[in-house]
Amino acid sequence: MNPFVQLNNVSKTFDVSAPWLNRVLERKPQTFLHAVSDVSFDIRRGETLALVGESGCGKSTVARLIVGLYAPSQGSVTVDGQDMKSAAQSTDASRALRRKVQMIFQDPYASLNPRWRVADIVAEPIRTHKLITDPAALDKRVAELLGFVKLTAKDGEKYPHQFSGGQRQRISIARALASNPEFLICDEPTSALDVSVQAQVLNLMKDLQREMGLTYLFISHNLQVVHHIADRVGVMYLGRVVEIGDKREVFGNPQHPYTRMLLDAIPDLKMTGKARTPVAGEVPNPLNPPAGCAFNPRCPKRFAPCDQSRPQTVSFKGRDVACFAAQEATP
Amino acid sequence: MAQPVLEVKNLHIEFPTRRGVLKAVDDVSFSIAPGEVLGVVGESGAGKSLTGAAIIGLLEPPGRIASGQILLNGQRIDNLPYEQMRTIRGRQIGAIFQDPLTSLNPLYTVGRQLTETIQTHLDLSDAAARDRAVKLLEEVGIPAARERIDHYPHQFSGGMRQRVVISLALAAEPKVIIADEPTTALDVSIQAQIITLLKRLCRDHGTAVMLVTHDMGVIAETADRVAVMYAGRIAEIGPVADVIHKPQHPYTVGLMGSIPEFDSDRERLIQIDGAMPRLDAIPAGCAFNPRCTRVHDRCKRERPDLLPAGVSEAACWLHAGAAR
Ligand SMILES: Nc1ncnc2c1ncn2[C@@H]1O[C@H](COP(=O)(O)OP(=O)(O)OP(=O)(O)O)[C@@H](O)[C@H]1O
Ligand SMILES: Nc1ncnc2c1ncn2[C@@H]1O[C@H](COP(=O)(O)OP(=O)(O)OP(=O)(O)O)[C@@H](O)[C@H]1O
Ligand code: SF4
Ligand SMILES: [Mg+2]
Ligand SMILES: [Mg+2]
Repeated sequence: MNPFVQLNNVSKTFDVSAPWLNRVLERKPQTFLHAVSDVSFDIRRGETLALVGESGCGKSTVARLIVGLYAPSQGSVTVDGQDMKSAAQSTDASRALRRKVQMIFQDPYASLNPRWRVADIVAEPIRTHKLITDPAALDKRVAELLGFVKLTAKDGEKYPHQFSGGQRQRISIARALASNPEFLICDEPTSALDVSVQAQVLNLMKDLQREMGLTYLFISHNLQVVHHIADRVGVMYLGRVVEIGDKREVFGNPQHPYTRMLLDAIPDLKMTGKARTPVAGEVPNPLNPPAGCAFNPRCPKRFAPCDQSRPQTVSFKGRDVACFAAQEATP
Repeated sequence: MAQPVLEVKNLHIEFPTRRGVLKAVDDVSFSIAPGEVLGVVGESGAGKSLTGAAIIGLLEPPGRIASGQILLNGQRIDNLPYEQMRTIRGRQIGAIFQDPLTSLNPLYTVGRQLTETIQTHLDLSDAAARDRAVKLLEEVGIPAARERIDHYPHQFSGGMRQRVVISLALAAEPKVIIADEPTTALDVSIQAQIITLLKRLCRDHGTAVMLVTHDMGVIAETADRVAVMYAGRIAEIGPVADVIHKPQHPYTVGLMGSIPEFDSDRERLIQIDGAMPRLDAIPAGCAFNPRCTRVHDRCKRERPDLLPAGVSEAACWLHAGAAR
């Protein structure tokens, strides 16, 4: 059986050139930004894959490629055997695909229509897909969805600006759940939430997964949260997946030097006084990535091959890694 | 102790509605000394952002300060006319908002917004302002700042936009920084960099910081004291190590228990059941009483004010001594 979600060598390039006139006058060349390069991974049905990595490494772009908000420059994304390219069409199959795949956006403010009441925002996917037509039943369902995220039916009367940051994030979670999706892409779904509401939302997500077999792609900076929610973890660096595998393997015995650095940079809640080791070196420039392995300017394990070519992704110790040093260390 | 840079005294914030007045912030007082970082944590919707907005004079109507005072270096600023407050904002009080997108203008390049802000507050030539803008972007870890300064906000990732907002707030080296979730959209390494930057400002310039965040790790590392808010009030306030390791208020105890940890393999996280009350349905007595594991009679009748609890203060009847 095919995996539920499949990314095959997906790349996304943005044209970030100066306006044409400036380019001509100032003789600037066209510039392209490689936000995502040659990313391949699978997600099985009912599984949670988390993506982690530095700000700007391409996580949200991967999410947007999967839901079909961006078209891949290269490669393809399929969900349940259907190419996401077809999601924009107006056939029944495309509509069904859109219902199946929902996204919780990183920026809850920008994604809620300020002129709509919260109840209408949450009901919108239900109306669009004509899932419930009876008004009373619809109200009941909206109240239930708001209840999931610890809001009440009365909150549905209000407008988004009347809520705090975390409350708005919960509204967008309720909306994403409204169409009974099978695959939910969550871009920083809990980072605006205090830890007690975060615990409730994460518990809810796990319950829903168990009861309805939901599949998640979960993007978060908080590695403790990822450790709690994920089955598998993918670590991205400068548009590429550098290590991906079972959570226990990746967190317990990281093989890529970047993964190791990320784990060392976690803030020290226990206040043992241990200064955290920030990931060393300059943040790389996606406009002009280093030759060879893109991590080489910051890597403590760098040796000759790293400057010459890009490491291939190789499977070992229960995960996939793209690193020369890791491959050499493992016979 | 030196005179506090910022003092908030008995702050009340209300929203008049058709069905009566909602009290969103109810008698909040605290002060921040020069070079000090006060962490503010608490339930989503507890009034953290509103308190910050009131301090910088950007409370959106119909929200209003019903009573109380806000003092900057001993001078009241809560009753200043709009124009006067505008010059204080940015120059003396820098604000980092929770929402990076609304603080940036999508129509202008990042560089233009930065140089304009810099030139509003500092007397610099165009070229010098641009240099300073590039330097600020580098300080918050934007790679290839000299090129990317001419890009538009939508061409930046979420965390990069957040960092632009941070550099805007730091542009004029203000005396007070109100930072509302400045690092939530940032990965751990950039986070460490921003925090180092904030701490350096505190140390070198005596800047006072109010740091609102949900990230207890960031609090542990950055804050000197912590205020925990619940339903518009301060539930507990004290030195950071005490609040984290010896929480005195049952809500703080629950909050600390909800943090996911690496060395734990539990299937479900510990959660505080129930939800914070709506503003129009705050229960009598202690607002936390319906969710509290240690609730007793008095909690349902009388509202506790902050009482000494260990080295901290907690608004909880368990610390009333005689009442136990
Ligand atoms: N529409 C766009 N036009 C041009 N560049 C873009 C666009 N969207 C993203 N980028 C660039 O692509 C890179 C990856 O961005 P992306 O938003 O995927 O990062 P991210 O990993 O989600 O980061 P964060 O953790 O900060 O949200 C960044 O360098 C960003 O500036
Ligand atoms: N315009 C408004 N009208 C009515 N109520 C409002 C309005 N703006 C905010 N509130 C309410 O005031 C309360 C406090 O909001 P605030 O934004 O300060 O919360 P917060 O502590 O910052 O929460 P979060 O952690 O989720 O950002 C919330 O319950 C919110 O619903
Ligand atoms: S006052 Fe009572 S209800 Fe409130 S937190 Fe303390 S014990 Fe719990
Ligand atoms: Mg992102
Ligand atoms: Mg807030």
